[in-house]
Amino acid sequence: MPSLPLFLSQLFNGLALGLLLALISAGLTVIYGTLGVLNLAHGALFMVGAYAGFVAMEHTGSFVLAMVGGMAGALIVGLLMERIIIRYFYQRPAEDQILVTFGIGIIITEAVRLGFGGISQRVAVPEWGQGITKLGFLFYPTYRIEVMVIVAVVLLLLYLILYRTRIGMIVRAGIEDSLMVNMLGINVYRVFLLVFGIGAMTAGFAGIINAPIVAVTPDMGEAILVQSFVVIVIGGVGSFPGAVVGGIIAGEIVSLTSMFNPAYSHVMLFAVMALLLAVRPQGLFGIEGRE
Amino acid sequence: MNDDQNDPKKTRSGIDRRDFLKAGAGVAGGLLLSSGFGRLALAAEHPALGNYPAGIQGSSVFVGLSVPRTGPYSAQGEDEIKGYQLAIDHLNQGSELARAYAPDGKKGVLGKKIEHGVTDNQTKPNVAVQAISKYISDKKAMMVSGSVSSAVAIASGKLCDREKTIYLAAISGSNDTTGKDCQRYSFRACHFAYTASKALAPVIKNALGPNKKVAYLTPDYTYGHTVYNSMKEFTEKQGWTTVTNQLSPLGTSDFSTYLLNIANSGADVLVNICFGRDAVNSIKQAQQFGLMDRMTMVVPYMAPFLAQEVGPELMQGVYGTTEFWWTLAETNPLAKQFVDDFEKRNGRKPGWSAHIAFLQTMLWANAVEGAGTFYPPSVIKEYEKGKHINTDIGEVWWRGDDHQLVRPVFVIRGKKPKTMRSKDDYYDIVESVAGPDVMPPKGHFGCKLGSYT
Repeated sequence: MPSLPLFLSQLFNGLALGLLLALISAGLTVIYGTLGVLNLAHGALFMVGAYAGFVAMEHTGSFVLAMVGGMAGALIVGLLMERIIIRYFYQRPAEDQILVTFGIGIIITEAVRLGFGGISQRVAVPEWGQGITKLGFLFYPTYRIEVMVIVAVVLLLLYLILYRTRIGMIVRAGIEDSLMVNMLGINVYRVFLLVFGIGAMTAGFAGIINAPIVAVTPDMGEAILVQSFVVIVIGGVGSFPGAVVGGIIAGEIVSLTSMFNPAYSHVMLFAVMALLLAVRPQGLFGIEGRE
Repeated sequence: MNDDQNDPKKTRSGIDRRDFLKAGAGVAGGLLLSSGFGRLALAAEHPALGNYPAGIQGSSVFVGLSVPRTGPYSAQGEDEIKGYQLAIDHLNQGSELARAYAPDGKKGVLGKKIEHGVTDNQTKPNVAVQAISKYISDKKAMMVSGSVSSAVAIASGKLCDREKTIYLAAISGSNDTTGKDCQRYSFRACHFAYTASKALAPVIKNALGPNKKVAYLTPDYTYGHTVYNSMKEFTEKQGWTTVTNQLSPLGTSDFSTYLLNIANSGADVLVNICFGRDAVNSIKQAQQFGLMDRMTMVVPYMAPFLAQEVGPELMQGVYGTTEFWWTLAETNPLAKQFVDDFEKRNGRKPGWSAHIAFLQTMLWANAVEGAGTFYPPSVIKEYEKGKHINTDIGEVWWRGDDHQLVRPVFVIRGKKPKTMRSKDDYYDIVESVAGPDVMPPKGHFGCKLGSYT
């Protein structure tokens, strides 16, 4: 049996992993919930955020500006995507949307590969994140602890925007009945653009804050896309609280399983998802029958 | 009643089966004659086998390359392409460098120009198998090459053996590639788990001392498993103990869960078997978890570009092995030609991925020209003769029993950033271990080669 300190370490680590997954999944689920588009280019936006941040970092040397750059990069690419292509697909069948976003994802990934090559780029841990912090029972990288705090704050901000502001109310009304909202004199498509922008920006932000931890490469978004799908399936597709809770659950599954058998940690993630689909197909926070 | 109908050998139409076969042979013979004398002569020299003689009809022969351009090993895959292209260009020009390996002096190989195609195998065996099947059936490839993952190398080797087409593994570190999964039609020139571990173990014992506790971080497939087995074998023989083995799936990006387990294992030495991007991620994160200060890291199979990707600060003092390192150019004239020309074309030093691709292509040209034909069994027998060949890593020869190249293994150590003479000067070669000293005994890993035809 693993020792108590190891168990507590992995429990904490699971929370750290989970929060990051939650942030990426939040963007994915908000776009799906609002626009009904399953954005398979979401992983590519995550990667664009990391690269845009990397470029900003190279030019300015400031990680704060890199974070701004990462968000801005993903926002710009996201908005262009929405305006040029995706908005013509809102009324098309789901298969068309999946194919077109998948295609966009490939184009973005390969364009970045063309520009930067396949070798990974380095984004250094910022000054304020270097070193290790002792948390009683474990030593944990300071930067990862800070990322947890930052992500928690961003998730809270997103929650406030979606649930406590007028814009958020319109967005949620748009989810329920976009025709009605339109007839009330609100330009629902502008709201949709805004939602897409917010989703892209969260993906980009997740990309750049994750960049000092993982290798920045053109296909870094692929694996994360798969995991965030698992997260939103567990949490309930289209549900913001579902993404947060699903993310943390996913992080804990990976982390705790690895104590017993590291090779099974990712298998367990899919096993839990399959089990949940059998017992509660709409996910933990999903509403039954909603598309 | 017609007699014929009572004779079971006669068909309804009254033609004897033997007559029918005779007629068929006549038609086939006629077709063969009409297609020209040259073809008949070739067919008489050797029977048709695999893509022989269809693949050598024109003035060129086709070589199919399947390398990972996406996925965790894509940096190494791209570098392999550049190595193949360099070798093919030199062979086609009949350059001085090409003549060092393939001495017949003609442009191309046996006077045939080499043409090639490249497919992204995505580091996945099934994708590689599809790509290679196409090269063999549509392009009549006479040789197939390329791999970074041993899983891909083994699957590709099996397919090519079935199709009677020569396959050259590029990077493949598993003991199985020329062990239990060896093939009559495949060849491996790079060092591997056993030779790397046997070369490295005494060096790290000298450097780090006796009675060390070792934690392993191991990619969960044939390459990782066999490097783990070999490192465990040789380090335990010298009195070290194994405290944990963390298996991570290929392509893991977050290693925190494994690193926490290692941090809690009480190890003094971390043997990191991860390769490519997995190595980059795990080393970056090991440093962030403070492991690099608490334990010494050893990378038995050091991926090309690793030091560049994680930075020399993290790699200083790290021991590992490599297939090739560009400073060999300082002592070996052939290595100098290779490194200089590569740098002129690509603006950077070659990784060992480019080198192994180059070397395998040249050794293939050497075998084909030695055999004097592209007929696969003759080429394979030429390889199996095990003649000594002078190369840019010194003298090497093939072991006929398992198709493994007997070759030196280079043990390297990461330099301190202050002592680097140039931006690419990441490692010192601390020892060059001779091939025969580290090769496993014949049959040690259960190799049984199949039939030639």
